[in-house]
Amino acid sequence: MAQDENKHLEVVLDTQVESVNLAEEMCLRVAEAAGFDEEMCYRIGMSVREGVINAFHYGNQERPDKKIHLALDITHEKLVIHVMDEGKGFKLNDVPDPLAEENILSTSGRGIFLMRAFMDEFDVVSGKTGGAEIIMSKWLPGAVNAPTNGASGADGEKDSGKAH
Amino acid sequence: MALHATYRDVGQVTVIDFGGKITLGDGSALLRKTVRQLLDDNRSKILINLADVDYIDSSGIGELVHAYTSVQNREGELKLLHLTRKVRDLLQITKLYTVFDVHTDEAAAVRSFR
Repeated sequence: MAQDENKHLEVVLDTQVESVNLAEEMCLRVAEAAGFDEEMCYRIGMSVREGVINAFHYGNQERPDKKIHLALDITHEKLVIHVMDEGKGFKLNDVPDPLAEENILSTSGRGIFLMRAFMDEFDVVSGKTGGAEIIMSKWLPGAVNAPTNGASGADGEKDSGKAH
Repeated sequence: MALHATYRDVGQVTVIDFGGKITLGDGSALLRKTVRQLLDDNRSKILINLADVDYIDSSGIGELVHAYTSVQNREGELKLLHLTRKVRDLLQITKLYTVFDVHTDEAAAVRSFR
């Protein structure tokens, strides 16, 4: 696929529970069209769900006057997903490790961990709205430059030293 | 598919049969409400059958943990039955698989309650 065949999709979602399902459904369709198999689509859909839940609950504090910005880019080698909120932002290092003994029975705080486990690349930066921007990607099936060690994002142990 | 729940008594154990998705919103809320109702009714030996639950997100996982600790706080027991592959995988990567007492046979699960 040539560089100019990159595709970009962007939507602005209301801060409401229904946006979580909507975002997941939309990304699932894009992932299917991009050629991901059922298992990879599940992981991508789950990651988008968790990203939007994070924006809905932690970022926007469930305030309906704030928006959730979702963008997808399909390049010749990967699907890149951006989820941006209008909150105060956060640093990955400040997120408690849900696998730590003292957090195992916590009723929240596993969303970031699941996104890191299910996607090939994951980062959180300051978004242009001032909130947090989650950027995560999955290598396309058969991408020639995909790393050979864990491009499937399969087991949750990858990158485990930094897992949250 | 929206989550639905029914429950039945097997001896002193209450088995809750869930079907659908346990996710943020109505699914998680129904799980919480169902367990709370049972505890209010002094039923604290609870077996959650997840055979027909093929999708759960972090909110649903959190709700399962909440149910587990709520029942424990009432000196009861909460166990899981018939995990689907996706739910089992999620509990494994979040290290909760070893926290919950997970069963694959209902009769054996019922007998395992104190």
